[in-house]
Amino acid sequence: MTTSIMWFESYWEGMKPEVGGKASSLGEMTGAGLPVPPGFALTTESYRKSRDAVNLDATLVRLLHGLDVDDMAMVSDRCSRIRSHIETMAMDPDVEQRLRYAYAELGRRCGVEDVPVAVRSSATSEDSPDASFAGEHDTYLWVRGADNVVDAVRRCWASLFTDRATCYRVEMGYDHRSVEMSVVVQKMVRPIAAGVAFTLNPSDGDRSTVAIDSAWGFGEGVVSGEVTPDNFLVDKVLYEISRRKVATKEVEFRLSDEGHVEKVPLEGERASESSLTDPQLKAIARLARTAEKHYGCPQDIEWAVDMDLPDGENVVLLQSRPETVWSKKAAAEAAAKATAAGSGDMMASIVSTLMNPLHSRNK
Amino acid sequence: MADRFPSPFEIETPEGAEGWQDMYVYSSLFSEGRREFDDNTFWFQDGVHWPKVLTPWDATFFEFGIASLSQYNTRHLQVPPANGIAFRILNGYGYLTPIGADPATIEERVANFMDRAGFYFMNWNDLYDKWMLKMRDLVAELEAVSFDALPDIEDADEVVKSGAGVGSGYRIQESYRNLLNLGLKLWNYHFEFLNLGYAAYLDFFGFCKEAFPSIPDLAIAKMVAGVEVDLFRPDEELKRLARMANDTGVGDAFAGGDVEATCQILKSTPQGEAWIASFQESAEPWFNFSTGSGFYHSDKIWIENVEVPFGFIDNYIRLLREGEDLARPMDAIRAERDRIVSEYSELLLTDEDREAFQGKLGLARVVFPYVENHNFYVEHWSHSVIWRKMRQLGELFVKEGFFSDANDIFYLKRTEVEDALWDYYVSWATPEQAAGPGFWPPIVQKRRDICAALSKVKPTPALGVPPEVITEPFTVMLWGITSESTKAWLGGGAGEEGVLTGMAASPGVVEGLARVIFSPDQIGEIQQDEILVAPLTAPSWAPIFGKIQATVTDTGGMMSHAAIVCREYGLPAVTGTGFATATIKTGDRIRVDGSNGKVTVIS
Repeated sequence: MTTSIMWFESYWEGMKPEVGGKASSLGEMTGAGLPVPPGFALTTESYRKSRDAVNLDATLVRLLHGLDVDDMAMVSDRCSRIRSHIETMAMDPDVEQRLRYAYAELGRRCGVEDVPVAVRSSATSEDSPDASFAGEHDTYLWVRGADNVVDAVRRCWASLFTDRATCYRVEMGYDHRSVEMSVVVQKMVRPIAAGVAFTLNPSDGDRSTVAIDSAWGFGEGVVSGEVTPDNFLVDKVLYEISRRKVATKEVEFRLSDEGHVEKVPLEGERASESSLTDPQLKAIARLARTAEKHYGCPQDIEWAVDMDLPDGENVVLLQSRPETVWSKKAAAEAAAKATAAGSGDMMASIVSTLMNPLHSRNK
Repeated sequence: MADRFPSPFEIETPEGAEGWQDMYVYSSLFSEGRREFDDNTFWFQDGVHWPKVLTPWDATFFEFGIASLSQYNTRHLQVPPANGIAFRILNGYGYLTPIGADPATIEERVANFMDRAGFYFMNWNDLYDKWMLKMRDLVAELEAVSFDALPDIEDADEVVKSGAGVGSGYRIQESYRNLLNLGLKLWNYHFEFLNLGYAAYLDFFGFCKEAFPSIPDLAIAKMVAGVEVDLFRPDEELKRLARMANDTGVGDAFAGGDVEATCQILKSTPQGEAWIASFQESAEPWFNFSTGSGFYHSDKIWIENVEVPFGFIDNYIRLLREGEDLARPMDAIRAERDRIVSEYSELLLTDEDREAFQGKLGLARVVFPYVENHNFYVEHWSHSVIWRKMRQLGELFVKEGFFSDANDIFYLKRTEVEDALWDYYVSWATPEQAAGPGFWPPIVQKRRDICAALSKVKPTPALGVPPEVITEPFTVMLWGITSESTKAWLGGGAGEEGVLTGMAASPGVVEGLARVIFSPDQIGEIQQDEILVAPLTAPSWAPIFGKIQATVTDTGGMMSHAAIVCREYGLPAVTGTGFATATIKTGDRIRVDGSNGKVTVIS
């Protein structure tokens, strides 16, 4: 059975061909207790139904007949005609109805009418050019309102026919009619605070610790280093906050009325206030620890506290990738240790503890 | 900021306390003959165990305790870097300083320590079983000590015809000497295992800190802590008795708060009689439990001050009726401990590390029960018996006109008690009028006045020249003395305005109204949801932990009894702040951050 909409939380492995890499990774994370911002995917079935409803294949055959990939003017002309055709074609009424319903439902869940979303394509197969040409025309941020969402979905579909993707298929001998696309619709995070977290202490490699950098608003300032963030260490096992350094944050990255992120100077109390509450800190640490367990190695994550989601669900994971610096160093050290003499006898260790009482220091 | 604390030689005698030095043995005083050492050494006041002025006799356990500690480090086990701890009394307060071993001897000491301590670690459980037997024998011997009035004429059969050759006059003096001997033996026993327990703990601690530099001390404590600990048993017994009273319908008997009335109501029903019998069963030994550290004759002992356990029981009955389940969730505690251990173990990088971690944890868990439990057997149970016996002797002296109050005996030095007994014996043997009634009352009165005058002055937390860094492991662990705390003391506690720092002894952050308590007698003043601020807390205060939100103390480290109990009861605690009772007033709104060791006065 096929379905046109898949919410992230209802993802299972068998869905992957239908929803593509991006959506399945979001679905997998949601299922693993890694709360990404909520959303859903339009499956390839939605594309197929819409494509067949307007007999897109016939248009493709017509417009791509005799395409010479060395003639850039020709490629550009034909592809742009295909794209505008897709961008303006009627969506299958059933698919459109389901999309509009799902979008409204997402708004309801977040308590925001016309909730701003990101609409992006999700590549469904290895031979899809999307994998190679990701990010060309297939991501639309801060889309608000159902009409605009419908529009953005069609644009994503249209991005199957960028000049480069089309040429690529010709060169590889793939059939233009067989390519499909899934589209992800995901809530845009409106962060109260955001930042990064490492599942180890980057200053000494301590793996029992989650190190969190945080600032008000969007995480751009933390990532780029434009803001001195608040810095916290949270123990991974007891979730105790073992270090708390609240910085004076001179700027905040905020969403402007025009819908882009802008840098705003911060003054007064807010600048020197902690950008995270203790429960939020602990939620981020748990999130980081869950990601580390899920991926089986230390992680470097980006997170945000979303102002639209209810307390207790508002800490969301934006990205998780393996931490490399300390992980490599630790692996080398472990190897060196393993080749060194065995762990030694207990009494010798006790004597050395007493003789080298730095171990007993409190901090 | 000053770079040294005052010299013990420049500390003035408080007004009205002139001549305080005569209350203590000369060797416990700072003295000209040892001036160079005394003046240039770093001394800290041991407020963890001796927060109050020592009366002459109460100095006994201070001296016995610390000397026994030293003896074990130095002569028995040869702990490689540490010799013993030197002790002095100044203005009635006990001061300590750890003595390092001569570096030249360390190699030899290491070999001896490996052999001797190694033997203990290898045979821990056997030796610990033996220790328990020795302790029970010792308590039985203490219980057998008696100070009865000397008879007009000795018993014909028992004393004369038995050919014993000695009589009651000899026996009573023997009894006192015996009591002192048993006291010293008790303190020898106390240190037979203690520092070894700490050493194994520190070894595991050091391993964890190296593997995980930011690991909270608390996490390490939690991995090692026992689930069933004798120190919590008195409180468990109170809960059991509260439950029994509630279940058998005699719970209302406690509401009035008057012990006599309560007992009368109880005695009127068979259920009440059964409850009393059950109480008496618990009381021996579990209510030989001091409301203080156990080191002062003035500390109240539950069994002798039944209003204390009755009050706690009444409170528990009320909680039960409000639907609270008083039971400690043992399975949950065990499961949480296992979870913590397996998570840290998982975070280690290699199997070798995991093996070492498990080995060290295993040893720490074998030895740590002693660290947790000894306190009940020594400071609470045995001391209770000794205080009782001494009071019995005091009563005798009251009868003989030496004293006007049984507690006067604690204003004699322990050697002076022998003098008084000698006097009593001679006057009985002769017979003639004893010299004591004309001799002791003015001395006792003067000393009472001196102690009162000394008590009015808070002791300076430290004396002499602090070392650059404080590294002696036992000092850090037991007394919470760190380089940071000495710096804070030198600054007079004035770091950030309105912020006190101490040990992050038990995690959590709460805000509330402070209740400053200086002695166990004031426990009753504590109101629901207040934050307890005290010089130190005793394990026996556990029953009020259901009432309060957090604890702040002047003294104590991570492993002080207060810290252990606070963690057990899940209360945020900051210990070893140095100045909490001086800085915070009852009614102040304060924030206690037990995770970071910070106390903030808000308003």
